Amino acid sequence: MSFLEIKNIRKKIGNVEILKGINIDLEKGGFLVLVGPSGCGKSTLLNAIAGLLPPSSGDIVIDGQVINDLHPSQRDIAMVFQSYALYPNMTVEQNIAFALEMRGVEKAQREAAVKQVAKTLQIEHLLKRRPSQLSGGQRQRVAMGRALVRQPRVFLFDEPLSNLDAKLRVEVRAEIKALHQNTNATIVYVTHDQIEAMTLATKIVVLKEGMVQQVGTPAEIYNHPANLFVADFMGSPAMNMLKGKVVSAGGAQSISLFGNEGVQVTMPPSVTTILPEGKDVILGLRPETITDAGLVDPDARATAQIAADVIMVEPTGSDTFVTGKLDGASFTARTRSDVQVRLGEKFPFSFNLDKAVVFDPESGSRIG
Amino acid sequence: MSAANETVSAGQARVARYFIYAALIVLALVYLLPLYVMLITSLKSLDEIRGGDMLALPGSPSIAAWVKAWGEACIGVSCVGIKGYFWNSIKMVVPAVLISTLLGALNGYVLTKWRFPGHKLVFGMMLFACFIPFQAVLIPMARLLGLLGLSNSTTGLVMVHVIYGLGFTTLFFRNYYEAFPDELVKAAMIDGAGFFRIFWRILLPSSGPIIVVTIIYQFTNIWNDFLFGISFAGGEGSPMTVALNNLVSSSTGVKEYNVDMAAAVFAALPTLFVYIVAGRYFVRGLMAGAVKG
Repeated sequence: MSFLEIKNIRKKIGNVEILKGINIDLEKGGFLVLVGPSGCGKSTLLNAIAGLLPPSSGDIVIDGQVINDLHPSQRDIAMVFQSYALYPNMTVEQNIAFALEMRGVEKAQREAAVKQVAKTLQIEHLLKRRPSQLSGGQRQRVAMGRALVRQPRVFLFDEPLSNLDAKLRVEVRAEIKALHQNTNATIVYVTHDQIEAMTLATKIVVLKEGMVQQVGTPAEIYNHPANLFVADFMGSPAMNMLKGKVVSAGGAQSISLFGNEGVQVTMPPSVTTILPEGKDVILGLRPETITDAGLVDPDARATAQIAADVIMVEPTGSDTFVTGKLDGASFTARTRSDVQVRLGEKFPFSFNLDKAVVFDPESGSRIG
Repeated sequence: MSAANETVSAGQARVARYFIYAALIVLALVYLLPLYVMLITSLKSLDEIRGGDMLALPGSPSIAAWVKAWGEACIGVSCVGIKGYFWNSIKMVVPAVLISTLLGALNGYVLTKWRFPGHKLVFGMMLFACFIPFQAVLIPMARLLGLLGLSNSTTGLVMVHVIYGLGFTTLFFRNYYEAFPDELVKAAMIDGAGFFRIFWRILLPSSGPIIVVTIIYQFTNIWNDFLFGISFAGGEGSPMTVALNNLVSSSTGVKEYNVDMAAAVFAALPTLFVYIVAGRYFVRGLMAGAVKG
């Protein structure tokens, strides 16, 4: 049975509907990431779960208990805010103990709990300091400590890493992941960063304009995006979207690309239905499925080799992103870093169609 | 070439600075001149004052005028000095400042963190209080005090000053709390703190600078008020400012300028004290925020 259930949540502010009927389930110990561009309603949904912004309709259920009408403090949740929201007038120790103090926990017990949490987060030496004397990473850790000390049923994280610099962000991200693995806490996490979503989640919910676009594991979301929006939003560099037309020849179907009858690739194996001849489709290919010949998966069933002009080369060290252009359409390929690619020359790109996905350009949803 | 230019401009900057400092010193002297005259006159004997040289230092300084102003000078018909009125003012200004500051803080808290429909209108109406001239409310206020049985009492005067000060104190605190992060209030709510607990434990301890600003402002205004004092408190209950006026305008025999001046210095001391003591905390509060960031 699900531990956290979000049932048909709607939220209207003025005449604008921010959330348009959201349904999500999360099992106990799950790590749910709400991801989407700004303004998609993900923070509104988190605030609704926290009780800070009551939804217009719908139910929120934790462990079988409907919590719609409970005050935030009675929901047994803890929240880590984007700005950390540490009380500036209190020491780290007082910050962490504040929730316990409000709940009337004895002083001795409070101190023991704070010590325990400080040890887990390795902030014991900071307990007597004030938030203004801490670095960004330390503040972030104190904010997590404040949530941890409560041992709540659900943790809520509102873009907790967005105020950290790139290096620290990766470190703290790993810490949060380790924390989840060690404590088996149930977490709802909001971010606009798709890499955070991929690395942390056991379940991802992609939101756009107040509607759920797709719910799934990171692998499902990445490999089988439900529509063009999810395909484009998740993954960096973004998925290549190539316009094509269905070509049928003697029972076998293929797709002609770049508006060029001469360039054809076999229909990806994921498409199981027969598509009408001449139908417009969009072929979605992750950059790692377009490579140099040496990197092609030897087990691939459907491949194609297409020569295209090289218009940009971006070495990252571990591998090189090459932008190819053919008949006015460009795409990004991921090649080995030691492959000789020269700007302005033609390069034979290998397309692995096993992992390609096909979208209907009109509805935007995936065909196969 | 650029080096030469820099030398020239550095020289020009120095000249400009000398000029600015000179202007500041001259203006400060002009501003301080009345205080100087007050102080030296209060230390002179009446004969010396009649001698005519206003700016001359006293030949034999004496604090006799101060003693007289404090304990013996005639205010109206009773010759007991200004000390009773001084305490009247203290009894009025301390509660009035504290209550109006606290209520202003509470108003600011509600108007920014617990917004309700129409909060802008309520705030607008409170602001209106800042623009109503004192004179316009005298008669309605007198009527109200009469109805409440608070005419001619220090309590009544405290009430008038609290009401009149609320507009300003609310304005100060609302603008200060407007910049106070909402997330802190949300975090405290989740932590289980209620309305007043959030105010006492989270907002108020972070309000040092604005509390000091409000106290300086309110203290100066209320202490220096004359109109409300003379309108709503008479005789023995008058505040210092009214007593000073009565002292100066009491005409029994000779005009004792030295006593008048000493009494005026007494009247100015508390505001000066508040500026010197609280002003330092004010600057310290501002600096703390600026440096730690």
